[in-house]
Amino acid sequence: MQKTFDKKKFLSQNSIWLVLIGLIALVSIAQPKFLSFNNMITLIQGEAVRGIMAFGMMFAICSRGIDLTVGASAALVAVVSASLVQNADYANRLLSFGPLPAPLVIIVALVFGALIGAAYGALIAYTKIPPFIATLGAQLICRACAKIYTDRPVSKLSEAYRFLGHGKIGGFPVIIIVFIIMYALAAFLLTQTRFGKNVFAVGGNDQAARVAGINVEKTLVGIYAWSSFCAAVGAILLAGRAGSADPANTGLSYELDAVAAATIGGTSHTGGICRVSGVLAGILILGVVNNGLVMLKVDDNMTNIVKGCIIIGSVVLDMRKNARKK
Amino acid sequence: MIDIVKEFPGVRALKGVQLKVRPGKVHTLMGENGAGKSTLMKCLIGIHPPTSGRIIFDGKEVNFKTTQEALNSGISMIHQELSPVPERSVAENLWLGRVPTKSFFRVDHKKMREDSYKLFEKLGLDVNPDEKMGNLTVAKMQMVEIAKAVSYDSKIIIMDEPTSSLTETEVEHLFKIIEDLKARNVAVIYISHKMDEIFRISDDITVFRDGEYVATDEAKNLTVDKLITLMVGREVTEMFPKIECPIGETVLKVENLSAGKAVKNVSFELHKGEILGMAGLVGAGRTETAEAIFGLRTRTGGKIYKDGKELNIKSPEDAIANGIALLTEDRRGQGILGLLSITDNTAIANMKEYGFPLNHGKMRTDTTDYVDKLNIKTPNIETPIQNLSGGNQQKVLVGRWLLTNPDILIVDEPTRGIDVGAKAEIHSLITRLAGEGKAIILISSEMPEVMGMSDRIIVMHEGIMTAIVDRKDFSSELILEYATSDTPYDPSKKEG
Repeated sequence: MQKTFDKKKFLSQNSIWLVLIGLIALVSIAQPKFLSFNNMITLIQGEAVRGIMAFGMMFAICSRGIDLTVGASAALVAVVSASLVQNADYANRLLSFGPLPAPLVIIVALVFGALIGAAYGALIAYTKIPPFIATLGAQLICRACAKIYTDRPVSKLSEAYRFLGHGKIGGFPVIIIVFIIMYALAAFLLTQTRFGKNVFAVGGNDQAARVAGINVEKTLVGIYAWSSFCAAVGAILLAGRAGSADPANTGLSYELDAVAAATIGGTSHTGGICRVSGVLAGILILGVVNNGLVMLKVDDNMTNIVKGCIIIGSVVLDMRKNARKK
Repeated sequence: MIDIVKEFPGVRALKGVQLKVRPGKVHTLMGENGAGKSTLMKCLIGIHPPTSGRIIFDGKEVNFKTTQEALNSGISMIHQELSPVPERSVAENLWLGRVPTKSFFRVDHKKMREDSYKLFEKLGLDVNPDEKMGNLTVAKMQMVEIAKAVSYDSKIIIMDEPTSSLTETEVEHLFKIIEDLKARNVAVIYISHKMDEIFRISDDITVFRDGEYVATDEAKNLTVDKLITLMVGREVTEMFPKIECPIGETVLKVENLSAGKAVKNVSFELHKGEILGMAGLVGAGRTETAEAIFGLRTRTGGKIYKDGKELNIKSPEDAIANGIALLTEDRRGQGILGLLSITDNTAIANMKEYGFPLNHGKMRTDTTDYVDKLNIKTPNIETPIQNLSGGNQQKVLVGRWLLTNPDILIVDEPTRGIDVGAKAEIHSLITRLAGEGKAIILISSEMPEVMGMSDRIIVMHEGIMTAIVDRKDFSSELILEYATSDTPYDPSKKEG
């Protein structure tokens, strides 16, 4: 009954890392500067927000759902929180008061984000409408609310608020530290808590999960609240990094990148299978393609074709792997 | 003469198996789950072409690559789990994949309907071809599948546990159709675990064990005991090891329980150490009663008391917290979490006990504990549960519920689709649990099982409770009589 090291299983579970290493090797042979420390930092910085959203997205996908709202909810959270931290000497600021203390605003922003997700999560859980539809609707609503809140970008944000997205500790970007913390948090939730076990159970077989005493509805609300919380973290980073929040463009189509990363990372759309480490590899693969092909001066459209092929290919491989098991 | 020989040297699933089927005869395949019966059939019909070996059909060597090839050559299979297109009509399901057409690729609906009528008439089936497939009972769907096989002019029809969800009358009808098929010189390969059925309809029986061929013989030369010995390779002494144990005070009291139209005014008491059987035909409302008690189905009336205290159970979560467990009838749909490990499957109903962050070490020791105690056969506790045989999956689920330490254990068809060896183990386990003072409700459609195990039997018919029978009065005639009776049970008349 002892757990033994299974080489085959290890390889099949981590084949995605081999793909990543292969890609890095290919790109760095063509362009040695790619592997420099500075470029690596740039690469991760560029993918951090999408990556954090993917850590949320994977929960939704693992429960046989999807969360198409994250880009738009990020925009809404970004403009609202940014409006609370505009510098006092800025003449065109949105609100007459402020800036409020950054830690307070950030906490409020995160809670606000989680509540948005809990709201459409409850819609999915209690009305049983398909998550694709519910989150598509919520996406339109969130984006519209952001535009109603302000019709122009919210800028001149306090340095304290920008610290997470823009700041550095000893020369090291804080955004990467936040990314690592979110990775750890996602991994902790998924493997070390009841909530995580429930996510797998609900995604694998929701009826059996209910019989086993799991509150399926609460679990779904939790999943979308977490996904939206991740979007809110992303929102603060985006606004901080850019120094402004744009209701029309902040987070635009980020949900699709998050879906792509989660999918490449082996999250099963038929539910019940996901690994945080796999999703991390998925993000990095997308990052290498984005960053590397730009360095190689590959045309934008070509880059997207490569990305498309990787997404489709990863799912084909995954399905074959799972089909063989059966 | 139909003659099939197959060999698979070196392959784990089937180690050089042979099978010879005669036309116009019913040939039953027997063996514990995982013995290789289904795999062999999948080889035959082209789902998994054999790695080596030969299949000779009608004197010619064949090797089907797809089920369609097999179908067209005259071999069809009726799977244990039917896969109809529920939203379309019976006729469309029947002619699926070969819908008759007229000019301009238009579907010839008229011909389709007429052909269906003719076919059903020939087989004596009372099915309307225009009915939506999803509205049929499982039995009727199966009949349609058989009709489909006949329409392909099949010479061999394989039936994988066809009776597992049929009522007794439906089984009778099925057997009549099988007799009919025999008369048409069709060979039927029949897979089942039910001894009485097998001896009723089989001409030949072949036994497999662990992917190996054990023996073939004519049914008249075999007995139940001989067959079981062949199947398990050891003696299974007692099928229903009933041990009388002292029955204690009332644990559960159900008063006028109702749940919509499925359960109407059911009342009973359950005692410590008691096994309370629930008998009835399909649709009697037994599963629904269990679901209503367990909070899986909304109660529309009635009260539930445990240890004299009224419970307000709204969800399985509440039920588990109050020491009630339900082993569901539909193992795959409502039981196992297929992709997850044995450990997760065992611990899932008991997650509250593992704290925050989860204590994985304790989870593993608890699981190992039950794997040993319940004799679960698995390579290790991280194996996905879907890789285990049905019997072992069931044992894992029993372990899951025992881990929650329930006072009341409701088991719904606990041995359905399970091989003889595991069945006996589950029976003795249930008896042992009753001996330890747990109160057990046993829902079973197998008369010998429910009569062999229970202290009392509740009989239900279409949602009403028609009788509570004491062990001393058990007889299948009496229970069947109540199972078709419309008179609700009146306690004042009997227990005085």
